[in-house]
Amino acid sequence: MTTDMNADSYVTEDGRTIGPVVMDLKNITLRFGGVVAIKDISFDIREGEIRAIIGPNGAGKSSMLNVISGFYKPQEGEVYFRGSKRPQMKPYQVAQQGLARTFQNIALFDGMTVLDNIMTGRLNKMKANIFQQAIWKGKAEREEIENREACEKVIDFLEIQHIRKTPVGRLPYGLKKRVELARALAAEPSLLLLDEPMAGMNVEEKEDMSRFILDMNDEFGTTIALIEHDMGVVMDLSDRVVVMDYGKKIGDGTPDEVRNNQDVIDAYLGVSHD
Amino acid sequence: MAQDQVASGAYASIPALLARNVKEYGDRPAYREKEFGIWQSWTWAEAAEEIQNLALGLLALGINRGDHVAIIGRNRPAHYWAMVAAQKVGAVPVPLYQDAVVEEMEYVLDHCGARFVICGDQEQVDKVIEVQDKIHHIEHVLYYDKRGLRKYDHSHLHWYADIQEEGRVAHARLEDEMAAREAELDYDSTCVMLYTSGTTGRPKGVVLSNRNIIESAKNSSEFDNLGLNEDILAYLPMAWVGDFIFSLGQAMWTGFCVNCPESADTMMTDLREIGPTYYFAPPRVFETQLTNVMIRMEDSGDLKYALFHHFMEYAKGGAGEKFGMPKRKVTTEKKTLEQKLRHGFNYAMGIGFAAEAIIENSIRLGFAKLRHGKNVRKHFKAKDPIGLKLYRGNLQEYFKYRCGDVLVYGPLKDTLGFGRIRVGYTAGEAIGPEIFAFYRSMGINLKQLYGQTEATVFITVQPDGEVRNDTVGVPAPGVEVRIEDNGEIFYRSPGTFVEYYNNAESTADTKDPEGWVATGDAGFFDKNNGHLRIIDRAKDVGKMADGRMFAPKYVENKLKFYPDILEAVVFGNDRNMCTAFINIDLTAVGNWAERNNVAYGSYQELAGHPDVVSTIQEHVETVNKSVAEDEMLSGCQIHRFLILHKELDADDGEMTRTRKVRRKIVEEKYAPLIEALYGGKSEQYIETEVTYEDGRKGSINATLEIRDAAVVGNTQGMAAE
Repeated sequence: MTTDMNADSYVTEDGRTIGPVVMDLKNITLRFGGVVAIKDISFDIREGEIRAIIGPNGAGKSSMLNVISGFYKPQEGEVYFRGSKRPQMKPYQVAQQGLARTFQNIALFDGMTVLDNIMTGRLNKMKANIFQQAIWKGKAEREEIENREACEKVIDFLEIQHIRKTPVGRLPYGLKKRVELARALAAEPSLLLLDEPMAGMNVEEKEDMSRFILDMNDEFGTTIALIEHDMGVVMDLSDRVVVMDYGKKIGDGTPDEVRNNQDVIDAYLGVSHD
Repeated sequence: MAQDQVASGAYASIPALLARNVKEYGDRPAYREKEFGIWQSWTWAEAAEEIQNLALGLLALGINRGDHVAIIGRNRPAHYWAMVAAQKVGAVPVPLYQDAVVEEMEYVLDHCGARFVICGDQEQVDKVIEVQDKIHHIEHVLYYDKRGLRKYDHSHLHWYADIQEEGRVAHARLEDEMAAREAELDYDSTCVMLYTSGTTGRPKGVVLSNRNIIESAKNSSEFDNLGLNEDILAYLPMAWVGDFIFSLGQAMWTGFCVNCPESADTMMTDLREIGPTYYFAPPRVFETQLTNVMIRMEDSGDLKYALFHHFMEYAKGGAGEKFGMPKRKVTTEKKTLEQKLRHGFNYAMGIGFAAEAIIENSIRLGFAKLRHGKNVRKHFKAKDPIGLKLYRGNLQEYFKYRCGDVLVYGPLKDTLGFGRIRVGYTAGEAIGPEIFAFYRSMGINLKQLYGQTEATVFITVQPDGEVRNDTVGVPAPGVEVRIEDNGEIFYRSPGTFVEYYNNAESTADTKDPEGWVATGDAGFFDKNNGHLRIIDRAKDVGKMADGRMFAPKYVENKLKFYPDILEAVVFGNDRNMCTAFINIDLTAVGNWAERNNVAYGSYQELAGHPDVVSTIQEHVETVNKSVAEDEMLSGCQIHRFLILHKELDADDGEMTRTRKVRRKIVEEKYAPLIEALYGGKSEQYIETEVTYEDGRKGSINATLEIRDAAVVGNTQGMAAE
């Protein structure tokens, strides 16, 4: 590859600009009692890139994502976000910083319609207080219209117009995943964390989801960090991949570098312990 | 209205009609599209401006007179504008099927030699780019939806809105050129080129002139009294002639509003929101909707279930036809004073009669109660609660239908999106009588028409009040129809196409110098009412041994209208009588078996069950009766039939992938059965090879029962006079 990936910013082969580092994780160690979930891991996420975290089951991928999202507080190590050290924060504060995520096990409000679910993604943008909401005229109404418009753009983008008014509980799995993505996207995040966006999907749904992820990155310039098991998807989508095994980082680099890394091959194919 | 004041010749092109609409109805809605969850609308004036900007933009790109502009995309106002914009600069729009695969698109784009292609979105652009490797005459590609296209090479790729902006800037410079080209358009210049679907061989480009389009739009709009206030939903493929006539021809002629759905998936919701007054759908759509309704009714509560069935039965019994049909819109001038008075008088009398009836009945009941014992009272009671029957037989039925309207038909129509339909059409294939009756009885004025691309849609249509499910109506206004000796239908009309593009040979084959066009369909006029009936493709119609007409498809379709019968194959070509193979429908018959506690282990066992055979025999005999009503086809009655032990299957080569029976192969494969049918046996043993879905082969054997069916009139072996 001719591009210098250590430069402040560079242009990928397909013409996207990758900017400076937005999230820098330094020597993160996370323990649950005596169990070490993450052991001394450092890596960074750059502006505009698609960063994948892969690894076998129990490698600590989801824990890592929870550290990034600020849900877990690591015992050791520091998280730098846009150049400054990030203190421990409440989830809503993290969301205000421009982080949004989806969950491995769908976490939507089953009884609410798709549209209402997506609107919850905009809660951070609504400033009207309870009295203004009650009276409805003026600010609250204006806000609702603005936010609805933003949601409709997301709906249009993810092609879920036909289920706009359907309660989420009635939807099939693949569509629920898409709705969850829509909700995350509605928050207009600068960094989007996807926890296994394609788990349990068929090939067609995976293709759709891949297209959405690429388009999102392309159209809105969203930085995406994702955990995924499907190697084909990861290798095709991501710019850089972190490989974890037993809480340790065993590889980091472009898909090609990772694919040829002996440690990674061992972790995935197994190696005889002698 | 404007079209009444000026002869249609004054508006010799679509752009001219657009100019008229802007002048006459400038601030009325012309187009609506649902986007971002809201119906966005454009008035005629706004639409005309969009069109003009695009036309100027195309001029700036260097479009020439007579260039073909391919348009590929789903129904969106912008795509309709693109067609008019192309016409404005003297080019010819060529809408293409958006779901066509690359190879099909390649052929069509190559054949029409398009220099400009206007695409809906990335999907279409990708296809065109792929095609460009082989076809080099495509110079500019425009796209409407930006998504995903940012990184593409934009040297010959342009965003629709950018071109419009360019046109806006170049307005002063190019306006004269555009006006000059627009003025050159006359009645005989090409309006549009549409490709036939090409079921037999390569698609052919049908060239239609302004005369074809405008005359057809005018005649059909007047036939159905279409006016300014209609709403239609444009959801059928843009490349199809029907959509062109409805969404462009008739919309431009009458000035009504064209509504475009948000996406293909939201069609049903959008249909309900818009509530079109004029609607077209192929029979398949109606069938699916009816099935959905029936399934949902099965799950409903007892009261709703009972109400639904009671009122639907009532409506189907003729009340629907009598009271349900929307009133024909009267477009005459102001009523005279006398008419007004008469109308008022009738109205008052109606109310008076009803009131009098109610009062009189209650008084009579009151007296009866006072003076007589319970056992006598019943003699005083009118037959129903308020005996309006005393005065007018119709009135009571009318009220009952109106009750049904409030309780059942109205809500149901609303749910289906048919609440406002005044004129509905279906065409393309035969529609089942049950389906047809269901919609009509609810008060939906569903009619059939028969047409083809070469005729600019209309050959025959059903006038209001003369609708039947087995005919396709009388010749449309301005259309002459004649039937050849072999049954083939020919027509001549103002809508008759100019030519097949670059294919003089096919043109000569189809259209004779006098302008008569062969449809390739066989049919005949019903003697009683002058309506046309379509029998089959002309080449499939054969002769029986004694020279009578043999139209297998006609009989098979009649049989297939029964839910129990999935497929039927009728034999009889060059024979002295007709016989049939029948496939039962496992879902429908299985359902029946379950309800009647009939145990069965397999398809074969169910198909051979004596009760099933008897039911099918009843169906066959009913069909025979209805076939016998047509003198010409009475020879096609089925004398003997059997029920096949397996479903005809595409995997076994017995059907095409589109589920059309391959008659030849069936005939060869089941030769012993046919022999038995004609040999007079009452049963026959057969062993058949079957292919399973994974490709393995196996064989099944069965002894099939052969039954005789009653026929009307002793037609066997009798020579036609």
